[in-house]
Amino acid sequence: MHKEFLMGNEAIALGALAAGVNVVAGYPGTPSTEVLETIARRRTQDVYVEWSINEKAAMEVAAGAAYSGARAMVTCKQVGLNVASDPLMSLEYIGVKAGMVVMVADDPGPISSQTEQDTRTFAQFSKLPCFDPSSVAEAYEMIQEAFELSERLGTPVFFRATTRVDHGYESIEVADEGEWQHNQPEGFVKDSSRWVIFPRLSVVNHAKIEARNARLSDELSSYERNFVVPGAGECKRLGIATHGINYAYVRENLDAENHPRVLRVATPFPFPERKAVEFLEGLDEVLCVEELDPVIERELTYVCGKYGLDVRIRGKLTGDVAPSGENSVESVGAAIAAFVGKEASAAPAPGDAPTLPVRPPVLCAGCPHRASFYAVKRAMAGKKTIFCGDIGCYTLGNAAPLDMVDTCLCMGAGIDIAQGVFHVEPDTTCFAFVGDSTFFASGITGTINAFYNQADLTLVVLDNSTTAMTGHQPHPGTGRTMMGEVVAKVNIEAVLRGIGLSVVETVDPLDHERAVETVRRVAAEPGVKAIIFKSPCVVLAKPQARSVVDPEKCVGCQRCVKQLGCPGLVPRDGKVVIDESLCTGCTLCEQVCPFGAISGGCRIPVELPGGERA
Amino acid sequence: MSTNIILCGVGGQGTILASKLIASAAMARDVAVKTAETIGMAQRGGSVFSHVRLGEDAACPLMARGSADLVLAFEPAEAVRQLPFLKPGGCVVTSTRPVVPVSAMTGGPAYDYEGIMEYLKAKVSNLVLVDSDRAAAELGSAKCLNVVLLGAAVRAGELGLSEGDILAALHERLPEKLWELNERALAWA
Ligand SMILES: Cc1ncc(C[n+]2csc(CCOP(=O)(O)OP(=O)(O)O)c2C)c(N)n1
Ligand code: SF4
Ligand code: SF4
Repeated sequence: MHKEFLMGNEAIALGALAAGVNVVAGYPGTPSTEVLETIARRRTQDVYVEWSINEKAAMEVAAGAAYSGARAMVTCKQVGLNVASDPLMSLEYIGVKAGMVVMVADDPGPISSQTEQDTRTFAQFSKLPCFDPSSVAEAYEMIQEAFELSERLGTPVFFRATTRVDHGYESIEVADEGEWQHNQPEGFVKDSSRWVIFPRLSVVNHAKIEARNARLSDELSSYERNFVVPGAGECKRLGIATHGINYAYVRENLDAENHPRVLRVATPFPFPERKAVEFLEGLDEVLCVEELDPVIERELTYVCGKYGLDVRIRGKLTGDVAPSGENSVESVGAAIAAFVGKEASAAPAPGDAPTLPVRPPVLCAGCPHRASFYAVKRAMAGKKTIFCGDIGCYTLGNAAPLDMVDTCLCMGAGIDIAQGVFHVEPDTTCFAFVGDSTFFASGITGTINAFYNQADLTLVVLDNSTTAMTGHQPHPGTGRTMMGEVVAKVNIEAVLRGIGLSVVETVDPLDHERAVETVRRVAAEPGVKAIIFKSPCVVLAKPQARSVVDPEKCVGCQRCVKQLGCPGLVPRDGKVVIDESLCTGCTLCEQVCPFGAISGGCRIPVELPGGERA
Repeated sequence: MSTNIILCGVGGQGTILASKLIASAAMARDVAVKTAETIGMAQRGGSVFSHVRLGEDAACPLMARGSADLVLAFEPAEAVRQLPFLKPGGCVVTSTRPVVPVSAMTGGPAYDYEGIMEYLKAKVSNLVLVDSDRAAAELGSAKCLNVVLLGAAVRAGELGLSEGDILAALHERLPEKLWELNERALAWA
């Protein structure tokens, strides 16, 4: 054993490696991404790891590996689980041979997600056991216990952590590489009565699952991580039930001499019913401190009804804890203070602070997406249009001054939403913007749907050769894998032509006039047509030169600032200067300035089809 | 007792490396460390913060308002944003150089630099101002603001760590070619 300072996600990865995981597949998404990245960095040669094209693919790859006796793990964020839910819901019935853990990161707040869904509720729905760690150190231990349980029961299990555990850091004890378990997969053993799902098999297996979960609830009541902390002092007839990071928030707020009894639930499903009855014994009231859904609160209410216990269960459903959003040390402190009948310690008054600037996330200085949006905006000025956006850095094209994202729903939705709008409003010129990683993840089916069903729209693929939003992961278009191999790139233009699109043009968005001209021409074509804007994400590409403003020529019209909103352009003393620490010399502002006052930049060369270099 | 530190700034300024340096230095002294970082969407030019807690009795990485011993700010408006976390009498070390967001030029609230600096001076008795423009000019690089600020925090006596502790952590975390610059940055005053 040795000590390391680890992020929760790194601890989860090292725990999985220590448990002898053989195959890891996932799709990036905050706050889950670092788990798979750490596996790739720290794995031994015999561990296979991949970024799959989406979560459904990852789930199926992991299932196949676990059928073959390999310990497997899937990593994704909570909305990724929605994408993977079709295979998972059936896998529940089929089961696995070796341990399979589905690592899902939930995001109360939400801080960087579309939804505040709760994987504990998904565990109830899918009837799969679920682990919910409270700290980085515990995550490291519990992921290993999750593999054990999964393998023993022959079922996939959930391991769900939330942002504050995933992205918290702690100095913890971890096993040396030499101490890791090694699991030798047996290989796939043919047995169609086991691996082929049919209604007949599901009838039998469903009954087994229900019986297993009833047994498991009892077994998990003895799991050491489902525990009760005895109350102290005058609060002896009160209880607090909690889970995950909220257990840490509760502990921060407990008075050592005088506090309620505490139940920490580490396995929200199957719920440790016997442990809960033991906790409720002799209590008058319980406050459930939870984030996301009131899972424990509903379970305890049910247990009270079932066993005829006269205990009042409070929490989200009774308005004692906020029904949505993230909890904090203070919000939990206030809820506990109100519960035990104490004054909440007054938080320092915010006072008379000056108005602070707001800092919504923005596209980086020199981001090629800015140029793509600006080109379409100029080309379509004055026309009746809709710009369906999608998920990625380019969602930030919604902000002023670009204002080029009219819709954003979930990954890959933009292309289909544009079709829906077109069928209702045929006189609107419909655009769908999609990032390259999103295109591979879930944009291709929508494009085929549009082509087959005779929609009229322009697909704009924003190809920055990476999955930028989630921290620059490779994808099929980059020709690099997580195993470190250089492989054939999947060519987006060829995919589109393969579907049947006859108008597909690839252009450098930073070649502004040409980009505008291309948009005008392509959008005027009938049917489904595509523009691929190709230019690398500037976080990955080294800038070639910086642009500078000639103060003699700058008249201070601020056109560049107002049209582009690049953070590199800073108004100063009635003119504009360029912040050289941010500017990448993308030249977009040079092309926009009507007075030719900006120069010195240099576009990053882009390979265009036909060997042309823009 | 735990020492509670908040680092704050704008995405891309290097707050995460600074919190890792503090963590490494504390670990070398066998002090338990817990930290929480802003990672993800907010990094694209947004406000970012780290909570750093040193010592055994911190139950979780995040702290309550009114409990930070030190706010180490890479940007003055961000210092004000995190001020509710400062405990009464706590210390603020801040860079004086404003980072003006695009929103201040495209219709959002203006950046009230004077108001922000006056407010800090009025509210914080233990305030250390770091002229980072001058530091960058004298060091010949704007890239080591994080280490300049750490140096100021060490000298303010608020980290419970010495310059030598941070130096050792720098050597552990950074490639050798960056040592000389960062050593000068740590000592810069
Ligand atoms: C189902 C689902 N999985 C994962 C994510 C996390 N996520 C957000 S954006 C994104 C991909 C962005 O890559 P790309 O489309 O190439 O755009 P870029 O950020 O590079 O501009 C991912 C994976 C998500 N929001 N939904
Ligand atoms: S060249 Fe202009 S638009 Fe491009 S990054 Fe520099 S300041 Fe921004
Ligand atoms: S990370 Fe890349 S894609 Fe995302 S905003 Fe910055 S330059 Fe654009």
